Amino acid sequence: MDPLLQHLLNALILGGTYALLGIGLTLIFGIMRVVNFAHGELYAFGAYMMYLWVMVLGANFYLALPLAVAMGVALGALVELVLLRRLQGADIDTTMLVMIGAWIALQNMEQLVWSGVAKSINTPFPSAPLVLGAVSVSWNRLFVFVVALALIAATYALINRTKIGKAMRATFQDRETAALMGVEIGRIHTFTFALGSGLAAAAGALLGPVFVVYPTMGDLASLKAFAIVILGGLGSIPGATVGGFILAFMEELGAGYISSGYRDAMGFLLIIAILLLKPTGLFAQKERIG
Amino acid sequence: MNLVWKTVAAAFAASLMAGTAGAQDTIKIGVTQPLTGAFAASGNYVAQGAKLAEEEINKQGGVLGKKIQLVIEDNKSNPTEAVATAEKLISKDKVPVLMGAWSSTLTLAVMPKLMEYQVPMLVETSSSGKITTSGNPYIFRISPTSEMEAKAFAPMVKKFNIKKADFLATNNDFGLGASQEFQKMLKEQGVQIGAAETMDPKATDFSAQLAKIKASGADTLFVTTAVEQATLILRQAKEQQVKARIITTGGSVSPDQLIAQAGAAADGSYHLVFFTPWFPEAVKNPDIAVKFVGLWNAKGHNVGGLTEGFRGWDGLHTIVAAIAAAGKAEPEAIRAAMWNVKVKGINGDIAFIKQGPAGRESAQNVPSVYLVKIDGGKVVRQ
Repeated sequence: MDPLLQHLLNALILGGTYALLGIGLTLIFGIMRVVNFAHGELYAFGAYMMYLWVMVLGANFYLALPLAVAMGVALGALVELVLLRRLQGADIDTTMLVMIGAWIALQNMEQLVWSGVAKSINTPFPSAPLVLGAVSVSWNRLFVFVVALALIAATYALINRTKIGKAMRATFQDRETAALMGVEIGRIHTFTFALGSGLAAAAGALLGPVFVVYPTMGDLASLKAFAIVILGGLGSIPGATVGGFILAFMEELGAGYISSGYRDAMGFLLIIAILLLKPTGLFAQKERIG
Repeated sequence: MNLVWKTVAAAFAASLMAGTAGAQDTIKIGVTQPLTGAFAASGNYVAQGAKLAEEEINKQGGVLGKKIQLVIEDNKSNPTEAVATAEKLISKDKVPVLMGAWSSTLTLAVMPKLMEYQVPMLVETSSSGKITTSGNPYIFRISPTSEMEAKAFAPMVKKFNIKKADFLATNNDFGLGASQEFQKMLKEQGVQIGAAETMDPKATDFSAQLAKIKASGADTLFVTTAVEQATLILRQAKEQQVKARIITTGGSVSPDQLIAQAGAAADGSYHLVFFTPWFPEAVKNPDIAVKFVGLWNAKGHNVGGLTEGFRGWDGLHTIVAAIAAAGKAEPEAIRAAMWNVKVKGINGDIAFIKQGPAGRESAQNVPSVYLVKIDGGKVVRQ
C-alpha cells in the first residue's frame, strides 16, 4: 500500500497548525518588528491555560478554548505594557535581549508552577479516527484544522477590512504620520502585540490536547514560527499561511520519501533556497530601509 | 583599607573557614541531572530517588562516621551545561565522586572531564554502548546497555512470533544505539527489518514516520525514546491505524504515565523496564523494593516516577558502599573500591564487570530487565 495519500493528508492537517503559528508571529515580528523570542511561551501558556480550565477546573472543552485564548491576549497585553512600552525607539538588539529574557522567565515560571512532568488534556472527540478508505485522521486534528483556517481568515479580514486594521497598517508603516492623523499609536502597539499573542495562545490551546503539554513545548513552536514567517515574507498573512503549508508538505514528504532523520532540516533547506532566490520571502513587497 | 571593610573581610574569611570546617563533617556526593528542559520529569525522579537514599543512609548513621550530603546540579538537558555542572561539582564543591547524567548524550559529554580531573562517576540511566566501550576507566554504569536489553528480549522473538520489525528511535546516542542493537539481535534470529525511522528529540508530530511504518506492514514496532514522545507515538499510531505491536526500550517509558496520558491508545503496548513497582514482591530483592515504594509514596512523589526514581536510590547506595569499602572519601580510593562492591539494589544485585579496551576498562553492571504489558489500563507481567 502506498502511503502517499496518507502523507498528503497529514501534511494538509499539519499545515493548518503551522499557518496558525505563523500568522501570530508575522503580526509581531513582521509588522511590529519585535523579534519576539517569547512567542513560543505564549503558545505554551495557551496550552497550560487550556489544561487549567479543562483538567483542573473541569470546564467544558469548547468554553475553555476562548477562555484560554483570552488569557493569552491578556498576557500579551501585559508584556507589551510592562516591557515593550518602555522600549519604543530602542534599537532592535535591546528589544531582542529583553524578549529572550521574557522567554526564559516565562518558561521557568511554567516549570515552577506546573513541574516538568508532561500533562495531557482530555477532549470530547472520539479516540477512534475518521477513516476515509486507506487513510485516516483524528477528529481532534480535523477540528484544529477547521478552527485554524477560520482564525486565519478572521485575522486577515481584521487587518484588511476594518478600521483598526487600517490603523495598525498605518502605524507600522509610518509612526509619526499615523500619530499626526490621530491614530493612538500606543494603543495600536498594545492591540497588535495582544492579538499576535492571542493567536499563539490559540495555537497552544488547540494543539495542547492533540500533543502533550510541557514547559519546553514552546521552543520548537518558536523555531517553526520564525521559519514560516521568514519563508512567507515578513508581515504577510497570506505569506504566513502559504509558508505554513509549504513547510508541512516539505517535512512530511521529505521524511516519507528521503529520510526521517532530516525531517526538520527539510523545511530549513527550502527556506535557504527561497531566500537565495527571493530574499524578501514569497509574499512580501520590497521595502525601503531607513 | 578602612576599618569597616577590614571587619567585613575578616568576617567573610571567618565564615569561609567555618564553611570548610562544617563541610568536613559530611561527605559530599555530586549529582548532575536534567532538572529542567526536555528530560526534566525523569531527571527530577532520579534526584528524588537519590534524596530518599540520602535520608535513609544518614538515618542509619551515614558512612565512615559522617553524614553524606548530596550536591545536586541541574544540567538543563543540555550537554554543554552537563559539562559545566561536572566541572563545578568537582572543582568548587570538591566532590570525590559523581552520579549522572541521565541521557546518553549528557553522560558522553561529561566523560572527558572525569578523565581530566580523575574523578569516578556512577552512570544510573544512560544506555548507549559507547559509554562503557570508549576506554574511560572512571565510568561505573549500573543501567543496562542497549545490547544487554536486546539480549534480554531475544527469547521473546519466538514467543511473539516476530517476522518483520520496524523501528522508530529518537535521533541521539540513546535512540540510534538501541535501534542498532535491536536490529542486530533480530537479524540474527532471521527477522526481517522494515522501516528504520528516526525523529528529532524535540519533535511532537510523527505522522510522516508513522505513515511509512504503517505501509511497511511489519508486525512489531520498536520505539526508543523518553516517555513524552512515547505517549504521542502511541496516540498518533492509533490515529493512523498502525496495527503493529509496539514495544518500547530503554526503561524510561513509565507505563503509569502512559496509562494516564495515552489512555486507550496505550493498551496492548509492551515496555522494557528495569523495576516493576506494580509487583515489588516479584523482584530479586523484594524487601528493598517494598521499602523503597513505601518511602516514595510516603513523600507523596508521583507513582509514575518509580521506574526512574529507583535508579537514584540504587546509584547512591552503590556509591556509599564504595566509600565505605575505600575507608576514605577520595576519588582514587573510591574508584578502586567500586570494582569490588556487592550491593543489594532494587533492580537486583549490583556488581561490576569489565568492558572496553584492555587497560582502560569501564565498569558495567549486569542488571535485571523486565517486559511488561499494558492491558485494560493495568500493567501486567510477561
